[in-house]
Amino acid sequence: MKILTLWSLFSTYLLASSLNIENHAAQFFSSGHTNNWAVLVCTSRFWFNYRHVANTLSVYRSVKRLGIPDSHIVLMLADDMACNHRNPKPATVFSHKNMELNVYGDDVEVDYRGYEVTVENFLRVLTGRLPPSTPRSKRLLSDDRSNILIYLTGHGGNGFLKFQDSEEISNVELADAFEQMWQKRRYNELLFIIDTCQGASMYERFYSPNLMALASSQVGEDSLSHQPDLAIGVHLMDRYTFYLLEFLEDIHPASKTNMNDLFKVCPKSQCVSTPGHRTDLFLRDPGSVLITDFFGSVRKVEITMETINLTDPIEQVEQSPVNGELQKERNSYVDQLPVSEIIHQKPKQRDWHPPDGFILGLWTLILLVFFKTLAFQETAVGSKPPYRVQ
Amino acid sequence: MHHGFSVCVCHSERRRGQLAALSIAAVVILIGVPLWWRTTETYRAWLPVSQIQELANLQLQLSADVEVVFARGTVTPEQQKKVPLTLTQDDEHVVDGDLRTTICDLMVTKYEGCKVSNVLNSFVSRGHSVEVQDVDVYVGQRRTALLRIGAQTRVGRTLEQLLSHLEPRVKQVLQVMSFSHTDITAALSDRVRLSPGNKESIADSMRAFKSSPGYEITFSLLNPDPKSHRLHWDIEGAVQTYIQPLLRKLAPLANFSIDSQTLYYAMLGVNPRFDSSRSAYTLNSDSLAHVINPVEARLGSNAASSNPVLNFLLYVPDAHHSPLHINDHKKQEVPSNAFHSPRWGGIMVYNVNDFYGPEAAFPVDINIDMAKVMGVFLAQLRLLLGVQSSAPPPRFLVAPCSSAGIADWELDRLMWSRSVENIATATTTITSLAQLLDQIGNIVINDNIAQQVSSAVTSLQLAVAELESGNLRFALQYSKEAILASERAFFDPSLLHLLYFPDDQKFAIYIPLFLPMCVPILLSLLKIVSDARQRRREKHAKAD
Repeated sequence: MKILTLWSLFSTYLLASSLNIENHAAQFFSSGHTNNWAVLVCTSRFWFNYRHVANTLSVYRSVKRLGIPDSHIVLMLADDMACNHRNPKPATVFSHKNMELNVYGDDVEVDYRGYEVTVENFLRVLTGRLPPSTPRSKRLLSDDRSNILIYLTGHGGNGFLKFQDSEEISNVELADAFEQMWQKRRYNELLFIIDTCQGASMYERFYSPNLMALASSQVGEDSLSHQPDLAIGVHLMDRYTFYLLEFLEDIHPASKTNMNDLFKVCPKSQCVSTPGHRTDLFLRDPGSVLITDFFGSVRKVEITMETINLTDPIEQVEQSPVNGELQKERNSYVDQLPVSEIIHQKPKQRDWHPPDGFILGLWTLILLVFFKTLAFQETAVGSKPPYRVQ
Repeated sequence: MHHGFSVCVCHSERRRGQLAALSIAAVVILIGVPLWWRTTETYRAWLPVSQIQELANLQLQLSADVEVVFARGTVTPEQQKKVPLTLTQDDEHVVDGDLRTTICDLMVTKYEGCKVSNVLNSFVSRGHSVEVQDVDVYVGQRRTALLRIGAQTRVGRTLEQLLSHLEPRVKQVLQVMSFSHTDITAALSDRVRLSPGNKESIADSMRAFKSSPGYEITFSLLNPDPKSHRLHWDIEGAVQTYIQPLLRKLAPLANFSIDSQTLYYAMLGVNPRFDSSRSAYTLNSDSLAHVINPVEARLGSNAASSNPVLNFLLYVPDAHHSPLHINDHKKQEVPSNAFHSPRWGGIMVYNVNDFYGPEAAFPVDINIDMAKVMGVFLAQLRLLLGVQSSAPPPRFLVAPCSSAGIADWELDRLMWSRSVENIATATTTITSLAQLLDQIGNIVINDNIAQQVSSAVTSLQLAVAELESGNLRFALQYSKEAILASERAFFDPSLLHLLYFPDDQKFAIYIPLFLPMCVPILLSLLKIVSDARQRRREKHAKAD
């Protein structure tokens, strides 16, 4: 009896291990991506929007912990909370009350900071239309086998998201930007998460394939913040991102949790708003998509089976003497910036625009003439002295 | 009299007022509206839209010349006279709805007095063992292949039987050495999403880097234990001897830039397990995937360029974890002790515990055997650049890699697929750019963008023509020019269409400007019209 159970256990173990190998091989081909990118954007400034920066930094922390390197993360923070004058604990950004979790740390690499976070820069990063002088860390260098995670947070409304309290991005623009990314095959699959009020309106207009979207609230609902901290004096996190962070803390690089679990994060009882998601444009079944396909960076690996047999000896790199003696390289300073040229530059010729008051002046003139003729008419009638009847 | 005079005065004054209103309206309509139209117009340079439409229906024709040489004794003299001198075979494949590739082979027959067995004998004498019975086709280093006609077919065959026997076999050789339908479809995977068919072909397409004008190759030596090992590697000499010949041959495809670095105290992210049966530390194949990420953060890259980076890491395990072996799925030791990641690079583990005994004085000076290391890296480089093809068909023998690292026919093969890939990508870019500019009327199209688009279109047309005539080098060059120009045009920073204006916003902008101006004009025009009508009514009344 014991032998039977032992044998059955052994055979099931063998079966399971062989299935495991098959699964690994199948997984190599199931997701179709070879690298991961993340674009994390916080769009609001001012101290009372502390929670948006904390949201973004929490997602940044999770994504880094699960393996995506800094060179593949584009982090855009619209304001500096850690070094803000009103921060009672400088150089920290907390995401849990009682200051339990500092998400700022000493290895946070912010790529776009402060006033650089604009709609224009965001769209430039997505579509790749950056000026040639942009450094590598500020570019999204994805290819057709990249899975990209895009996380946006801030204040939003029905069909728009507010940037820096002065401009906004509409859902049509966002959908067009994604379509341009698809045309140039700048992504394999894209996960879009947005945590703002009426966030579901931002993914209504998507029409490119392989997009999956999650939002913290439906149209007409507000996304609420989680908890204030009395020592710091502001709300620390938004509810949706708080429960998302809690969910992600349980994920490790080898876990097999799939997207269906992510859709269940923050039900209405905890979030007060109703989170929504959109998967109709996504080709794979969400149940087969792993969380680490987007949040982590699990590399595909192949064993190198073949080697090349090299038999030639290494040739010595020789210095060829010139004129009988070794020519030493003269070290010299690189040309400094041509400061004098820059200072005395002529201003660039810009297109001529009519002066601003032009339109104003034009119709002031017209009105003046109109009323003058009207007045002239009246005075002309009135000023003629009445002729006395003879 | 007084009454008549005042009427007369009123009439001239009113006339003046009406003239003023009319002239203001005239100024506004004749000068103001065109001025406003011209100043709010966006500059759009002319684009060759019709040519772009033509390019969208891409029809590629690829032709390769094959020279068939019959060795002495294979064909009888009477048959010799009857064999046709040239034979063209067309193969048409529809890859997508609007994309066709035609593959034609021209076969030119020649007769020469060479003996096949001589060649094989010299091959054997060089020290490679080959079972002559098992091999039907031998593919050489340059562009030759030797076909063996079976013994039973040599005697008593008619010419037609011979040719019909030969044709499919020549076609098979051509598919291995130049291009096949699957290769071209894989190169076109930008336009045509590969249906999940053959797993091997998907893995192949995922592994190699996409065509790019330049690549950066970085060799890194990871030394986690500098206290025990002082490592010396002659990387400059090794690169010069082993890697540069390959890259020189690949120069028409792309620019390569190589650099190297040494990283100290860089550990792997996983803990190896000790295997007492082999008294060595082992890394499972499952844990290999997690090795790369912690290391990548420390690797760094050239910040100035956006070219894809290939990283080759040489890891020398620390003294406490030596020797370190990599196991495959079946828990067998991997002979090369290396693994690679698609589109990233490769890692090799180099064990140095054999170089010193237990009583050596630390740190020990160790010279790394660069030939062995470069053998592995070269193989990985070939895989990652797409040089290596999938396994050859059965009964084919491919000559092993020479010191140059790449055979001529492998280079040709790569050039074919890269040319097709470049042409497809450039066409997609240009057509989508034209579509985008057409859709959004507010984007400014500068002259330089129009110039880039025109030059891209010209280069594409030339590249397609060169592919048809079989000039591979020119086709590749033109396709590279086309893709550079199209990328420059598409990614020009001035094309940001931040100009999405919904119609209600347009109204909201213009109404406060134009309404206050137009209201008095309209009112006075209406007044003029109503006065004129009243006067006509009075005239009719008077007339009656």
